[in-house]
Amino acid sequence: MLELKHISFSVTDEAGNQEKEILKDINLTINKDSFVVITGPNGGGKSTLAKIIMGIEKPSQGAILFQGQDITHLDIHERANLGMGFAFQQPVRFKGLTVKDLLHLASHKQKNDQELAQYLNEVGLNASNYINREINASLSGGELKRIEIAMLMAGGAELSLFDEPEAGIDLWSFHNLIKVFEKIRDMKRGSVVIISHQERILNIADEIVVISNGEILTKGTRDEILPRLLSESDTYQFYKARGQQ
Amino acid sequence: MKHAEKTEHISGNSSVLQKLLKVVSGITGTPKGAYNIRQDGKSIDRQSTDNIEIRSKENGQGIEVYVKPGTKGESVHIPVVVDESGFSDVVYNDFFIGDNADIDIVAGCGIHNDGIHLSQHDGVHTFHVGKHAKVRYTEKHYGEGSGSGKKVLNPITVVHLDEDSYLEMETVQIEGVDTTKRVTKGDLKDRAQLVIKEKLMTSGNQNASTEFEVNLNGVDCSANVMSRSVAKGNSFQGFFSKINGNNACAGHSECDAIIMDDACVTAVPEITANHVAASLIHEAAIGKIAGEQITKLMTLGLSQEEAEQEIIRGFLK
Ligand SMILES: Nc1ncnc2c1ncn2[C@@H]1O[C@H](COP(=O)(O)OP(=O)(O)O)[C@@H](O)[C@H]1O
Ligand SMILES: [Mg+2]
Repeated sequence: MLELKHISFSVTDEAGNQEKEILKDINLTINKDSFVVITGPNGGGKSTLAKIIMGIEKPSQGAILFQGQDITHLDIHERANLGMGFAFQQPVRFKGLTVKDLLHLASHKQKNDQELAQYLNEVGLNASNYINREINASLSGGELKRIEIAMLMAGGAELSLFDEPEAGIDLWSFHNLIKVFEKIRDMKRGSVVIISHQERILNIADEIVVISNGEILTKGTRDEILPRLLSESDTYQFYKARGQQ
Repeated sequence: MKHAEKTEHISGNSSVLQKLLKVVSGITGTPKGAYNIRQDGKSIDRQSTDNIEIRSKENGQGIEVYVKPGTKGESVHIPVVVDESGFSDVVYNDFFIGDNADIDIVAGCGIHNDGIHLSQHDGVHTFHVGKHAKVRYTEKHYGEGSGSGKKVLNPITVVHLDEDSYLEMETVQIEGVDTTKRVTKGDLKDRAQLVIKEKLMTSGNQNASTEFEVNLNGVDCSANVMSRSVAKGNSFQGFFSKINGNNACAGHSECDAIIMDDACVTAVPEITANHVAASLIHEAAIGKIAGEQITKLMTLGLSQEEAEQEIIRGFLK
């Protein structure tokens, strides 16, 4: 349902002369209703890849196909309206807009207040305490991350991208979060791509993709990749080094 | 009988008047409670209640509103409409709020100018708020009309707060007015509290400036001035606030502006402590809409323009 063909992304440094290649010739296919986890060391290019899929960054080279359609040149909102959603690694704050405002927009104005509240409860936030809060500096990083996830669930996209959903979330909530993702996986309503370092999230993947240094180091089914991540600590140092939650 | 005549009077007026009244004061038909409606310099309808008396000033230039001590849960509406192009209106309204009263006052000015002449309304509102009294004062400004004539509004508000009293003032002006100079002055006695919330949006070549001057004279009195604004097009906005802490008191002012296109926004805060226990804070932020906010809303399916509108709507909500 999503195909990345020879995707490269380079930026020029501040001086404007030196090219830096952040992604190099990425080829990747995400199947319908599959649950894919992308992992790899910090700075490897995972977030950049997610932004390219969503249209926030445009690739220097290559093409992106979504449900057979070439979307390489489509803008962010056009991709959203075709059925893509993206939960940011670093959620954005807004002065004045409330949790309800954003959930309402995320659901394409299709869901009632009760349904919206349900999504908050699912990510472990008591809806009545949060629904009318402003998405401003009064919310903690962990609260924002959970609201970000609730928004994506409310959107019901064909392809949902989550960028390190576990970051900044406490241990107790983390266990509930895993349940949320297990539920999303079991519903098989659309494809899910999660960028994560967490073994428990890798554990529920259909497929695992390892990105390092702007390239796909390896990819395959969970059963092929996960044991190697755990044992080959030389190659996959980043993974061991992160420890476990 | 008298009441029936009044209803006819208001509804018998033009649709312009009806619309402006609705926009600036939420009035449709005959309002409840005490009210005074002023059109092109004349009081065209008025009602007092048992607790709230509205009188014309002897010189005819405005009204005096007397609220009996202890009056609770009542409201006063005093909308002003200018719809004759070239009309310039100056009015002085004085409010005497009795001790322990708790009331809402809704003022507003709507200008409709289809002509080529300048239409202007300068309203001076003075509040004497009694001990332990509570007032919520709302003021809306609105301009419309297809003519080239300018629409000018210069409101002056003076607030005298007696011991333990509270006044909350909320002003809203969303485009439509060419030039505004708003002046708000307050002096506070012991434990009095003043809260001012301003929302402003300018566009085109509009010019809006706001001046606050607050004297915190009493022990443990406090003032909180909050301004949120959006400046578009070639418009200009000025925010000038002066807070003097003359006793053990707390003062806070905050100016938060979104700037777009070729607009200009200036914020000049001045805080002066004349007492060692005066605690005064000023915060000012001016900036364009954050790109990541637009990006986030676009990932929810909004176009860039829709995203900007949504962000502004939330900001000024
Ligand atoms: N727009 C950009 N300009 C310059 N460098 C960038 C830009 N976007 C990402 N990078 C760099 O690209 C690399 C990959 O970043 P990122 O995709 O965030 O990695 P990951 O999510 O895997 O940690 C980093 O070195 C980062 O600093
Ligand atoms: Mg990242």
